Amino acid sequence: MRDETSLSTHVSIKDGRGGIEKKLTGIPRKSQLALLVSPSVLWLIILLVLPLITMIGLSFQKSAFGPGSDVFTFASYLNFWQNSAYQSLLGKSLWISLVVAVMSIVLAYPVAYFLAFHAGDKQGMLLNIMIIPAWTSFLLRVLAWRLILGSNGLLNTFLMWLGVIQEPISGLFYSVNAVIITLVYIWIPFAALPIYVALLRIEPGLLEAASDLGAKPWQGFFKVTLPLSIPGVLAAFLYVFIPTVGEYVTPALVGGPNGLMIGNIIWDQFMRGLDWPMGATLSLVVMLIVLLPLIFMAKAAQQTGLFGGKSE
Amino acid sequence: MNKPQTSIFGSVYFVLMAIFLYLPILILILFSFNDSTVLAFPLKGFTLDWYRQLGNARELLISARNSVWVGVLSSILAVALGSLAAIAMTKHHMPARNLFLSLASVPLVMPSIVLGVAMLVFFRKVLGLDLNMWLISAAHVLISIPSTILIVMARLADFSANLEEAAMDLGANYWMTLIKVTLPISFPALVAAFLTAFTTSFDEYAMTTLITGTDTTLPVYLYSLLRFPRRLPVAVAMGSIIMIVSALLVVLAEWLRRWGTARTPKEERV
Repeated sequence: MRDETSLSTHVSIKDGRGGIEKKLTGIPRKSQLALLVSPSVLWLIILLVLPLITMIGLSFQKSAFGPGSDVFTFASYLNFWQNSAYQSLLGKSLWISLVVAVMSIVLAYPVAYFLAFHAGDKQGMLLNIMIIPAWTSFLLRVLAWRLILGSNGLLNTFLMWLGVIQEPISGLFYSVNAVIITLVYIWIPFAALPIYVALLRIEPGLLEAASDLGAKPWQGFFKVTLPLSIPGVLAAFLYVFIPTVGEYVTPALVGGPNGLMIGNIIWDQFMRGLDWPMGATLSLVVMLIVLLPLIFMAKAAQQTGLFGGKSE
Repeated sequence: MNKPQTSIFGSVYFVLMAIFLYLPILILILFSFNDSTVLAFPLKGFTLDWYRQLGNARELLISARNSVWVGVLSSILAVALGSLAAIAMTKHHMPARNLFLSLASVPLVMPSIVLGVAMLVFFRKVLGLDLNMWLISAAHVLISIPSTILIVMARLADFSANLEEAAMDLGANYWMTLIKVTLPISFPALVAAFLTAFTTSFDEYAMTTLITGTDTTLPVYLYSLLRFPRRLPVAVAMGSIIMIVSALLVVLAEWLRRWGTARTPKEERV
């Protein structure tokens, strides 16, 4: 839903602007603009920018409270650099996020394709059917997967009833796989939306031209449809990958000790009162890892018009 | 293209995917009628007890009330802030427009844990505040700003500026035009933005739990219940009701958005 809007605005926004600007010239525009924008700017500064700056400061402190809070040190960064446990956990989180993102996209693509090209006049209704689960309680859906994957869970009971297995498979629950399955389940609708929007944008004439020129349907798909839907696929990738890197709720609920991710360690540092500066450092590392590719992609998109046109 | 064949595969795939997406939800609803405190198969028997006990589950109801309160307050504020910013970006030549848009999108892409932790440190250590519902509401406004801006911007970019120009030609001043023309036209988008923000706020756990003091919101309370399995079925009953209500809200929001933008996705082709 929001994905769809965000993608479509980039294109349509320019048409709406411009016309009225001429008419507004006689009015003190600067003060109006300030009144319109300052509330949200204020909000963004107080609740986003200042907290992040605070956290950068905290990451250079020896301790969060007491005399150690005045000491400037690189200890936390050094700790991160030297402690391979943090790095391997971060690596595992990135790996899990990558697998989850790729699997969500692969599973969501046919749905998006079906909705865009074969759903006919039921398109809107079927789209809603896809989206609704994404807006119901996240926690309860994760809880549902505990019921499905647990040793007395639906999957085990079902497989035993079928006679496929004799004993419950214990590796399903409290494992990395459980985290991946649950997260893919959570993200499929979000991955489908941007791909669906990208597919809608493809001119039907292009496919017809391809087939007129002798392309078989599968060639048409791989040479026309798939390349043109890449912006949607990339957007889907980011929408899934980014939040998953910092995920800690799902691992805590279905991951067990082996399924923990970097987010769980950050949580521990703060909520179990362990080491706030270390927690701040790890948060900043996660933030950088998430934001850098995003900035890079935004720049690339601006230069190549990848996401529906250059912005200015 | 070989349409019919692909369509059959597509339909089957879609149905399978829908089953995959809805099965876990249906299982939870099923368990809310199960006559056992243990959430495990096999099912024991049918009961409405958990729904009856809802009336007495005081803490659960208080946290639900808190969530509604936070949701309504934060969504109204987010819609107000977001739509003002959206007007600035669509109707004015805004300096540093891209910079603002990037900054406003950050809450959308920032991992919840980073946001929550940063706010926790800022509220507790720098401002020395006690964590309360107001702060949670303020934080929820922040995470809903991107979606409200984008939803309202899409609507404003859609309709012609002629109407506003006409109003001004007829002597209405700037703010009058906003209230009398722009506001009614974007009303469906405002409602859709409100519902989106409310649903987000009502379900937010990962960030909220980090800045929760003594008063809890519903997701935070639900999570704490996971450690007390005995009381979990009542929570599942509540969750089932909420899931059905929020599904209805989503349908309403989507319907309003479509009705508001008055165009089907197909026409969005540029």
